[in-house]
Amino acid sequence: MMNDANFTLDNLSKQVINAYQKGFPLCNRPFLELANRFNSTEKRVLECFQDLQQMQVLSRLGPVFNHQKAGASTLAALAVPEEQIDEIAKLVNQFTQVNHNYAREHSYNLWFVATATNEDALQQCLAHIHRETGFKPLILPMEQAYHIDLGFNIEFTESTGVQ
Amino acid sequence: MTAQQLLADNIDSLQLSPEQQLELFAAIEQGLPLVAQPYLAIAEEIGATEEQVISTIEHWQEQGMIRRFGLVIRHRKLGYVANAMVVWNVDDACVDDVAAILAQKKVITLCYRRPRVLPDWPYNLFCMIHGKDRAQVIKQLDDMCQHSELAGIDKKILFSNKAYKQRGGKYSQASASGN
Repeated sequence: MMNDANFTLDNLSKQVINAYQKGFPLCNRPFLELANRFNSTEKRVLECFQDLQQMQVLSRLGPVFNHQKAGASTLAALAVPEEQIDEIAKLVNQFTQVNHNYAREHSYNLWFVATATNEDALQQCLAHIHRETGFKPLILPMEQAYHIDLGFNIEFTESTGVQ
Repeated sequence: MTAQQLLADNIDSLQLSPEQQLELFAAIEQGLPLVAQPYLAIAEEIGATEEQVISTIEHWQEQGMIRRFGLVIRHRKLGYVANAMVVWNVDDACVDDVAAILAQKKVITLCYRRPRVLPDWPYNLFCMIHGKDRAQVIKQLDDMCQHSELAGIDKKILFSNKAYKQRGGKYSQASASGN
């Protein structure tokens, strides 16, 4: 398990993170709008975003698409011998359609999400992953979404190592 | 409905050409540039006006194609290193009811129904819990299962022990690569 939280976040960063995982302003000077709200300056807010990106806390600033409306998507899993998992994960990562890829504690131990422009392209990609890795994916498309959190509240405490 | 169909539906009202809409889609899925006028920067890139870019993104939000628009955070970097997928084997007749209970819990960030793949995979309901450590997540799950309707359900907890890749879906790149 990796936790590289050996950096310090200032108050502005914490406020920005918890306030703008959704509803980032759509206007000509969005960072100025944040600056006004948090009693800061546009320059300072922009630096804050750049720092968060540099620290790799910020993956990106932008949209999270509804997979079903933006294209085809599925969760899939492979059951891979433990000693081969890094190597197989690397093969899976090479596919641009794969956007999440995690090792998990189960006989199905490599879990990834693949997205494509349509269902045919998605199935082709999964077949390609099967051929490339030699392992048959367990294909688990979403049938019904009951709850999707729109960015959750981060509790900044000393125990996180992020102060 | 595919992205292209959605885009094609709205050509007239948005006054961006289908090509420009795809370019805009591709540009924002990479993330906004961190400059004072990010929408203007994108507009210049795709030969549109700032207003067109903003109104198109607003429109995609209203349509639900964009679920949220803002900071996408790497939770592990903020100490949320325990990421558990909990899978439940729920009687088909009860799945909506069980999901409704889970969806109300504060610690659950996602809850989905997915198909069983028998005999290997009997689980049809999935939820995610993000926590700062394993013990916290297990305790949250145990507390939740005090609820009488959850207590007897066969379930498994799959912690992640390595993140090989974590980023947003790249619909436009995926289409360009043709894989």
